[in-house]
Amino acid sequence: MPEKIPVTVLTGYLGAGKTTLLNRILSEPHGHKFAVIVNEFGEIGVDSDLVVNADEEVFEMNNGCVCCTVRGDLIRIIDGLMRRKGKFDAIIVETTGLADPAPVAQTFFVDDNVGRLTKLDAVVTVADAKWLALRLKDAPEAKNQIAFADVILLNKTDLVSSDELAEVEGRIRAINHYARIHRTQRCAVPLGEVLARNAFDLDRILEIEPAFLDSNAHEHVHGHDHDELRHQGHDHAHGEQHRPAGAGLKHYHDEDMRSLALRTNNPLDPDKFFRWIQNLVATDGPQILRSKGILSFKDDPDRFVFQGVHMILDGNHQRAWQPDEKRESRLVFIGRELPVEKIREGFQSCHA
Amino acid sequence: MTQIRPQARSVVERSRVLAAGAAIVGAHFIADTAVFVLGEEALLFVDKEARERRVAVHAGAILASAGGDARIITGGDDGAVMATENDGKPVAIATDAKRRWIDRVAVGPDGAVAWSAGKQAFVLTRNGQTRALDLPSAAGGLAFLPKGFRLAIAHYNGATLWFANAQSAPQMLDWKGSHLDAAVSPDGRFLVTAMQEPTLHGWRLEDGKHMRMAGYAARVRAMSWTADGKGLATAGSTQIILWPFHGKDGPMGKAPKMLAEHEHLVGIVACHPRQPVVAAGYRDGLILLAHTDDGTEIIVRNPGEAPVSALAWNAAGTVLAFGTEDGVAGLADLA
Ligand SMILES: [Zn+2]
Repeated sequence: MPEKIPVTVLTGYLGAGKTTLLNRILSEPHGHKFAVIVNEFGEIGVDSDLVVNADEEVFEMNNGCVCCTVRGDLIRIIDGLMRRKGKFDAIIVETTGLADPAPVAQTFFVDDNVGRLTKLDAVVTVADAKWLALRLKDAPEAKNQIAFADVILLNKTDLVSSDELAEVEGRIRAINHYARIHRTQRCAVPLGEVLARNAFDLDRILEIEPAFLDSNAHEHVHGHDHDELRHQGHDHAHGEQHRPAGAGLKHYHDEDMRSLALRTNNPLDPDKFFRWIQNLVATDGPQILRSKGILSFKDDPDRFVFQGVHMILDGNHQRAWQPDEKRESRLVFIGRELPVEKIREGFQSCHA
Repeated sequence: MTQIRPQARSVVERSRVLAAGAAIVGAHFIADTAVFVLGEEALLFVDKEARERRVAVHAGAILASAGGDARIITGGDDGAVMATENDGKPVAIATDAKRRWIDRVAVGPDGAVAWSAGKQAFVLTRNGQTRALDLPSAAGGLAFLPKGFRLAIAHYNGATLWFANAQSAPQMLDWKGSHLDAAVSPDGRFLVTAMQEPTLHGWRLEDGKHMRMAGYAARVRAMSWTADGKGLATAGSTQIILWPFHGKDGPMGKAPKMLAEHEHLVGIVACHPRQPVVAAGYRDGLILLAHTDDGTEIIVRNPGEAPVSALAWNAAGTVLAFGTEDGVAGLADLA
């Protein structure tokens, strides 16, 4: 099978600096050739027939559920772009400032042609350090974009004091505990921190582990996965850009959007678990923006990993548990008005 | 190599293949000359004597194609709708004023041409005028009815029937969801659309009665009417799914025929123009012919590296042209 083309989704509320980042990606030498799907021609300073204008047609699926949506124009555009697949090696999808990232992400899971030819790499959100806190109060779209992100560029940090910066970072962490945050001015971040993140790759679902680093740092430092350790070291080399919450940051609670992490050492019963998670997303999917998990099933030598966007789940056996690896199941949910106790109890009932 | 389908006869040695140099996204015939539509820029003509001719048609990707009236109509990401005859130069039928992608094209009876760009559908009338219709979304599929210069347009939340020559208001056929392809039965009684979900939707046009055809594994990306017009062969499953349309109610309450099961999905189908035979191309590159009465199979091509992406019969049904996503163009001589 030919390699799937990675797709980076670029979101950010109006004026945050999304176009600045896009222009950097398109103009700097990095050896990649991009096809770019933009929501407005003319904003970017590159004239290429691989820059395509999108209509942001958000289509509901036939099941009548409000959260089950895809980007119809994206399905058509990716089908068209892939006819020229030798001409580029990655795709960037820029959304409008008011867009919900979920329909874009769901397109990659719902449409089998899109999923066969391309893969969602990461959702990157550019946020304005000065105005984000306000936007989180008055713009549900801005909150969605933060909640959905794998990578957040907290941009225009030169326009705020260090207190204000700590405050806004705390607000972000209250919503999304797991995204990588980069403090930037004019979106100056090494592009490797934005592109080729593999955040949606089931083989890389370990990316959720920074969450557990926060609650149990020592365990992680003495952890078992060398890849992940290297990753952390690499990050710190960029100078404190990625900071765990709790390390000197204020703690906030967002009124309605939050992250929830669950873990257990008890092996799970796969039948109970699948029944539970499928029921959960069927009833509470509209509130759950994203979910991820690594699971240890009873009498199963392999790790099971899964991820979800609203009601759509994708999961697989990933690899064997290592002999020196702690067999532990971990789950993360990011959502709005999550029924926390119901989720906790439901997860408990999945023990084998 | 062991034969993958021991019960089936093979005619693999009767195929001639060539490397097209680009993904093949469509195939058509003009008389006995096969025309392969490449993913980018060109059409590849291969005549009976295996002479090849490559014709540059578009400046970028070729997004849609349709054959008819001794010419091939194509739409490109360069905003052009082109008509190419067997021995002629490509002619621009239309150029989108905003250079939008030409997403879909269709050819009707007596050579009428339709296309879509953005949230608009267009037809070229017989006296050379272009008429446009605004749509609720981009068109997912275009298909002419057999009579009356009437176009069916699949789109979000249904389909529209448009008498392109008349001033009468277009007729909306509602069904929630995204409709991505359209097929009109040869008798003009039924419109079938392929939805974003792995289902088909249909309308009996005389009264707008709905039909749902479900049970697919994947989105249905190809539909083809049988020679007698009484069946619709479809991709989207690991078998050819053939829906019966002979009765008054079409396929309602009837089970489809399922033919030529394989371990990979059918990606494309093309019904023989005269006999009760369907050609199917699979995701693994296999091509089979299946007889619709008794299910007998014939292997035309063994599995290859890439999915089959194009199939077309010549009018006599003696040659099957096929193409793959990795640029293999083939002609199977079945006379
Ligand atoms: Zn839903």
